[in-house]
Amino acid sequence: MSFPWAKHYEPKYALTKWVDERLPLPRFVYSAVGGGYPVPRNLNYFWNFGVLAGAALACQIVTGIVLAMHFAANGAIAFDSVEHIMRDVNAGWFLRYAHANGASMFFIVVYTHIARGLYYGSYKAPREMVWLLGVVIFLLMMATAFMGYVLPWGQMSFWGAQVITGFFSAIPIVGETIRVWLLGGFAPDDAALNRFFSLHYLLPFVIAAVIVLHIWALHIPGSSNPTGVEVKGEQDTVPFHPYYTAKDGLGVAVFFLVFAALIFFAPNYLGHPDNYIPANPLSTPAHIVPEWYFLPFYAILKSFTVDFILPAKLWGVLAMFGSILLMFFLPWLDSSPVRSAKYRPTYRIFFWILILDVFALGYVGGAEPIARNVIIGQIAAAYYFAHFLIIVPMVSRMERPRPLPNSITEAVLAKHGAHPVPAE
Amino acid sequence: MIRWISALVGLAFVFVVSLGLFSSIVGVITDPAPPTAEHFVHEEHPLLDAGLPSSGLLGKFDLRQVQRGFQVYKEVCAACHSLRHVAFRDLKEIGYDEGQVKAIAAAWVVEQPSVNPETGEPATRKNTPADHFPLVYANDVAARAANNNAVPPDLSLMTKARHDGPDYIYSLVGHGYVPQPKELLAKFPDAATPKGLHYNQYFANLNIAMPPPLTSAGQVEYLDGTKPTVDQMAKDVAAFLTWTAEPNLDARHGAGLAVLGFLLIFCFLAWGAYQNVWRDLKH
Repeated sequence: MSFPWAKHYEPKYALTKWVDERLPLPRFVYSAVGGGYPVPRNLNYFWNFGVLAGAALACQIVTGIVLAMHFAANGAIAFDSVEHIMRDVNAGWFLRYAHANGASMFFIVVYTHIARGLYYGSYKAPREMVWLLGVVIFLLMMATAFMGYVLPWGQMSFWGAQVITGFFSAIPIVGETIRVWLLGGFAPDDAALNRFFSLHYLLPFVIAAVIVLHIWALHIPGSSNPTGVEVKGEQDTVPFHPYYTAKDGLGVAVFFLVFAALIFFAPNYLGHPDNYIPANPLSTPAHIVPEWYFLPFYAILKSFTVDFILPAKLWGVLAMFGSILLMFFLPWLDSSPVRSAKYRPTYRIFFWILILDVFALGYVGGAEPIARNVIIGQIAAAYYFAHFLIIVPMVSRMERPRPLPNSITEAVLAKHGAHPVPAE
Repeated sequence: MIRWISALVGLAFVFVVSLGLFSSIVGVITDPAPPTAEHFVHEEHPLLDAGLPSSGLLGKFDLRQVQRGFQVYKEVCAACHSLRHVAFRDLKEIGYDEGQVKAIAAAWVVEQPSVNPETGEPATRKNTPADHFPLVYANDVAARAANNNAVPPDLSLMTKARHDGPDYIYSLVGHGYVPQPKELLAKFPDAATPKGLHYNQYFANLNIAMPPPLTSAGQVEYLDGTKPTVDQMAKDVAAFLTWTAEPNLDARHGAGLAVLGFLLIFCFLAWGAYQNVWRDLKH
């Protein structure tokens, strides 16, 4: 499960020895995130984002548990109970703003984490399972975030729930029955609010469990690195602790700096004003928009405007779910043996087009549906599918990669222009 | 095999979205969307800046202004608009003392719903500092009946429930009610304000049910000697409603500075630890 030169846990004291013989938990931690896990020495700052995502999840769970002590999942008083938290609960405003903006931070960090995986080919063999579990985590996150946004029972909560559960009614014949079954009624109401609250409390712990699998799967081959070249020997790695605990410590510090700036100085910047209006089933907001982190997918949904064999709405729903599910096939769609885009001149260009494309989709998802925006959205949606399903498979066969360094250490020393000397 | 399937699926999605793209482009050429009166007016008249001391990253309430705004709310807005998330006791935070809060609560025109202790019949009682501001109407039906079929919204969160809320309130009640411009009617004949509504250039659909609330200077008599122009009263009530929506703003900004200072030092130390650990290793 690890490299032969990985250090082993050696209990120093009688007590730790006694514990180790009975429950080798400290040994497990030491090998997982301690001195016993050798990691490539050349990871850049983008490799901080996995730990940051873990930090974000921890913050969400801690603030969420306290918020749940004061929240009432009942359509008549849910909105008021949130205002009670904001006004009367000690530091309630801090907890709620931390939780709402914590969701945004979680997505910022996870999107960066995913983009890093796409750029450096982290999904390729032998790390396919790490990637697949990552996509599962992402899907769980989206479900959790959606249900969390419904809980304050404002206008966007209510109408967001209406729109998202409405996707299921696009399924032919049984769609409407499924929608009513999911909601526990014909429209979002107490039944929906209560089950969303229950699941919103459950899913983060499921996410935590899948994260354990994600890290477990990662530790079989060990971490990838910016060159994409596998570890060849001891000189290529450093122990996780103290090298990467120190580097992640810096990352976590900067993460909290940005997080705090949002909470204290722009807590409503990423939210929608309409969610400070209590839910009203009789009044539809002028523009129903989801939270910012769903906007690219929302834009894909809205881009399918023409019936072709299937109704446009069903195409939109299929495309929206498909845009995420296609990630499951990525390790087999990209057959290039070279992982890092650093050595893939053609793939790298398309990668950056994809990033711009997703930003364009995000813009369109939140903008008014005037003709110009619809057209931008449709071009961007077409590129999104073409990128993953057509361009990446083709590029991976036709591209001529640049020569790879012989080893991580060679690449590091070449960067510093030094003669090869052993590490440390 | 998987690559052929994926290419087919990819082509299908690209084809169907391209059909949509084609019809969007045809739509733009053959049937361009007509400009709307709202769009036209809102482009011409962006929100005015209320210039409140609470705006900006480090903003702080001017409590005298917030108190003046409360006076405007009490004497003008409170006739129709409730403030149900705010309690009388909260007024202590804007500088009123215990006695004043008690007096304000006891003298509030609308009373709290209650029960006659003898008969059990519905009754009302005077407000106390522990009470939230009472609802003005018993229910939406009563509110509609009294207001030409429109429900006056609760104002507790109004400045957070609109884009640029404080500027919106200031613009809407201070400078929004103008005669409907002739050019607008010439351009959009359908935009004439219906009977019973009022033209307001900052309102979303330009026609608001609320009659102009601030009509003349001196409508409210300020105790601190500030001149009660319509502009001033609009500004002050915007300041008050910023406080009702975000009463912890001062505490939040103060704590935020301390937290950022702490985290900056933490970042610096974390950076130092990182440099120290990695000092001998090229990476």
